[in-house]
Amino acid sequence: MKTKAAPVAKSTFNVEEIRAQFPILKELVHGKPLVYFDNGATSQKPRRVIKAESTYYATINANVHRGVHTLSTKATEAQEAAREAIRKHINAKHAHEAIFTSGTTAGINLAATSLGQLLLKPGDVVVISGMEHHSNIVPWQLACERHGAVLKVIPITESGEWDGQLADELICQLANCKILAISHVSNTLGTINPVKKLIALAKKKGITTVVDGAQAIAHLDVDVQDLGCDLYAFSGHKAYGPTGTGVLYGREELLSRMPPWQGGGEMIDTVTLEKSTWAKLPFKFEAGTPHIAGIIGLGEAISWMEDYDKSAMAAHEHVLLEHATKELLAIDGLRIIGTAKEKVGVISFVIDGVHHYDLGTLLDQQGIAVRTGHHCTQPLMDRFGVSGTTRASFACFNTIAEVDAMVAGVKKAVKMLR
Amino acid sequence: MTTTMTLAQAQQDLVDEFAMFTDWQDRYEHLIELGKDLPLIAPENKVDTNLVRGCQSRVWLNAEMKNDLVHFTADSDAMITKGIVALLVRVYNDRAPQEILGASTDFIDRIGLREHLSPNRANGLSAMLDQMKRYALAYSSKS
Ligand SMILES: Cc1ncc(COP(=O)(O)O)c(C=O)c1O
Repeated sequence: MKTKAAPVAKSTFNVEEIRAQFPILKELVHGKPLVYFDNGATSQKPRRVIKAESTYYATINANVHRGVHTLSTKATEAQEAAREAIRKHINAKHAHEAIFTSGTTAGINLAATSLGQLLLKPGDVVVISGMEHHSNIVPWQLACERHGAVLKVIPITESGEWDGQLADELICQLANCKILAISHVSNTLGTINPVKKLIALAKKKGITTVVDGAQAIAHLDVDVQDLGCDLYAFSGHKAYGPTGTGVLYGREELLSRMPPWQGGGEMIDTVTLEKSTWAKLPFKFEAGTPHIAGIIGLGEAISWMEDYDKSAMAAHEHVLLEHATKELLAIDGLRIIGTAKEKVGVISFVIDGVHHYDLGTLLDQQGIAVRTGHHCTQPLMDRFGVSGTTRASFACFNTIAEVDAMVAGVKKAVKMLR
Repeated sequence: MTTTMTLAQAQQDLVDEFAMFTDWQDRYEHLIELGKDLPLIAPENKVDTNLVRGCQSRVWLNAEMKNDLVHFTADSDAMITKGIVALLVRVYNDRAPQEILGASTDFIDRIGLREHLSPNRANGLSAMLDQMKRYALAYSSKS
């Protein structure tokens, strides 16, 4: 990934210094120190983010873009500063290309509804991959149903990657493929997908590209211009920000052509009872009062991440992944689902004769939080012939000692269950 | 054994039994043992229509009327869940529908597995209890 010019020196990455900024890491669970390995579901929040939200409520709470009064101006400025921080972080051309949403799910629903209306006709094709989260499947199924279009799926290999050749063929051979919607990083497998390459191919064919970046934003240097995608959705809460926040990035030219998704206050220019005209970007897509406090918190989370060298964070998470992979594989009957070469710190596994629910419960007893089940990727579970997995997903505040605690916890649980 | 006890006594019996354990590991090992001791469900009853909805693992629960009492058999593909359903079967099995419907469920809190067995979607405990009560209700309106 391209590195961006850093105007200020980055803080050096020191995991203990990082940990000290996350109040929740001092919590005990069942009397044991919390080991939080469910960052794929939602990451924990540094104190700065928590404080930014409460300071907003305590000092400048007011509705945005409405009042002439001082607080409203301040709240608006703070919200728009967050938008600019996000623009910079993902290297969008314009701040108004970043639409605030309640999360990835909302972003993809907006994309699928609006793009469906703009682009899809009976017989058209939407391509997704076989590793998508339900959030990047169901909205497209609904759009296809509404417009008589067809959903096609890129098959997944045994290692948990796209079948590159079949992906290329799908894109090149389908005359009426209109939309390609793919995840940047798989939440279940950890696979970092070669999205840039496929997007370039799709572009040549005039296909509109949508990327689900939910699992990428906290771990990779996301540069939307470099990726060349048309739309890119992510959630704030998976990137050290508050829940209920998210962003849908869209290229200005495309966003201007897309019809609005939800109607209401803030998104209009003029309203008569016969017809309304739309506000300019990004407000056309931001009906109603946004999650102002959350957005300000998200801006803080982004600038918190910007304070560090993202590659140092990624390198730390990679060390955790490698260590966990090696240690877990030494457990008898354990199999890792998702063995791609390029992975973020996500490790999904199954153990012969051990149900993931039992394992998750017994790990929880030891203060270790992992995710168990199908991870909202049921088609992918079917692909691998499992009903679910146990998943550990790392963040920058996790440590080798925590990985060791999990491995010991798994061994203890397996002993109890066999 | 349970048939000689009232439902409330069977609940108290379990509460007393679990009170012996001070350590989570012992408690869970006991729960797993209870699951292992659960009588096998007849293969013809281990069918999708007997699956309890709302559990992360699969739980089969079958009920039939025998001598005016509700007879439960159950199974699960996860051991802890099987232990949980075994607890419930021990308390509610071979009871009159009215006794099942009228029973308090606070023994679950008192058993000391409260924080782990609190009704949540993942372990489906409340889903299992609801299902047992639905069976009891169905039989009570028939009799
Ligand atoms: C790959 C992926 N896409 C989409 C989502 C949905 O994100 P949210 O629930 O924040 O809308 C998730 C969250 O688990 C995810 O991992």
